[in-house]
Amino acid sequence: MKKISVLDRVLLLITGLLAAYQVAVGCNGLGTLPIASYTIGFGILLVAGLLIIILGFEVLDSPVVVIVSTVIPLSISLGLVSEHLTDFTTPYLIFAMAGFLAIVVTRYAIPPGKVATIVLAVTHGIAGILIFLLPIILSLRGDTPGGFALVGVGGALIGVGGLLLAFLKAGKPILSRDTIMTILPSLLLLMTAAFVAGFAFT
Amino acid sequence: MKTLKTKFKRYWPLIKSLQTALLLTTGLAGYMSARCPYTTRPVVLELAGSLFLAISGSTVLNMWYDRDIDARMPRTIKRPLPAGKITPHEALIFGLIISALGVGWALTMDLLYGTVVFAGLFFDVVVYTVWLKRRTAWSIVWGGISGGMPILAGRVLGTGQLDWVGITFTIAILFWIPTHILTFSMRYHKDYRTAGVPTFPSTYGFQTTRVIIAVSSVIAAVFMGMAAYGVGMTWGYLRLMAVLSGGLLILAVSSTVRPSERVNFGLFKYASLYMLSSMLLLFA
Repeated sequence: MKKISVLDRVLLLITGLLAAYQVAVGCNGLGTLPIASYTIGFGILLVAGLLIIILGFEVLDSPVVVIVSTVIPLSISLGLVSEHLTDFTTPYLIFAMAGFLAIVVTRYAIPPGKVATIVLAVTHGIAGILIFLLPIILSLRGDTPGGFALVGVGGALIGVGGLLLAFLKAGKPILSRDTIMTILPSLLLLMTAAFVAGFAFT
Repeated sequence: MKTLKTKFKRYWPLIKSLQTALLLTTGLAGYMSARCPYTTRPVVLELAGSLFLAISGSTVLNMWYDRDIDARMPRTIKRPLPAGKITPHEALIFGLIISALGVGWALTMDLLYGTVVFAGLFFDVVVYTVWLKRRTAWSIVWGGISGGMPILAGRVLGTGQLDWVGITFTIAILFWIPTHILTFSMRYHKDYRTAGVPTFPSTYGFQTTRVIIAVSSVIAAVFMGMAAYGVGMTWGYLRLMAVLSGGLLILAVSSTVRPSERVNFGLFKYASLYMLSSMLLLFA
């Protein structure tokens, strides 16, 4: 298994600092729900980065990773919806909570099977598509500055990372485990940088 | 010059530079929670100098007193005293001189500040190390109180008085210490058993120790949050502190529910990172 290198640690530390900035400064002035949602999403990213720095890539073998890697896109997408599609806030909040609970139940309360994979794919997929498309559409329509589309780039990158990890955890890796671990720190950094830069435009 | 360099290399490990740096950071954070460091730069430098000497002095005196224990533990056997690189007499003289310099300097700066610095040194060396460490596992409470003295000292120097914020910071560090020390004593429990030092894992068992770590982490995070609110930290930084506290709590609970050496080590490392980050947030 690939050991975590100094460069990996540096990249993850910068990722953590960017996520910390987003929590502390980046979402100031927003409503309560968007702030709470972004704080959860970027907060988990920050703590996860620190844990990988401390414990190495082996921490990704934990069964909790599936849950954690779902909460990040769910909470960021909830923040986007509550900030920009206010009419859909309540339905999406219900979807996010129901999706999260369904993932937990199908992963831990009943024997794992196809249902767990379908629930994960649907919940993760909808959240990922929202983060990817919504900022781009809003930018193209001129509702937000053009730079806000960078959040969509972050959404695409989080989708790539999520897919790589999800298939790896499912035992059907798209790339070898070592390759995934080699690109993961850079991917997380690019993703977080795109998010932070994109949100700075709002 | 070469002799000085050689001496520095021999003496430097006596002060446990990382631990000293962390405690010094808490002291500076305590001061900066009350006063601007830019407009009071000379005071900040004096605070750093006096605290560095006092903390280093107490660490050297601990090393001197515990040299027999250190010689029995594989983890510490290579320290300067058990390894024979420095004689006990040399270490004692060195420890006493820098302790006296640190406390003396602190007293000349401000009487209350100097008293708190002296209290930290007294609790650490006399109460914790000499009196209780070899007698009871509960000695860490006194170790915790002495660990909380640098931040209280910094706060006292900044405000000129003992206020509730300073005491809350001290309590936060007092309850953070078990997270740090108990995870460490679990990792090296065989060493401590060999040396005959009573610890929570050897006295109350691992599971009870894990529960104590989890509970003390919660209390430390709550008090740190209260103190941060008390100094007027903005909501953004309070959110960030809450996130970092959340990581600490998750690891502490994981260590209790799904115990493993890896999680325990992660908690130990994260606890240090948490404290350092909290202090840096106070600087911000």
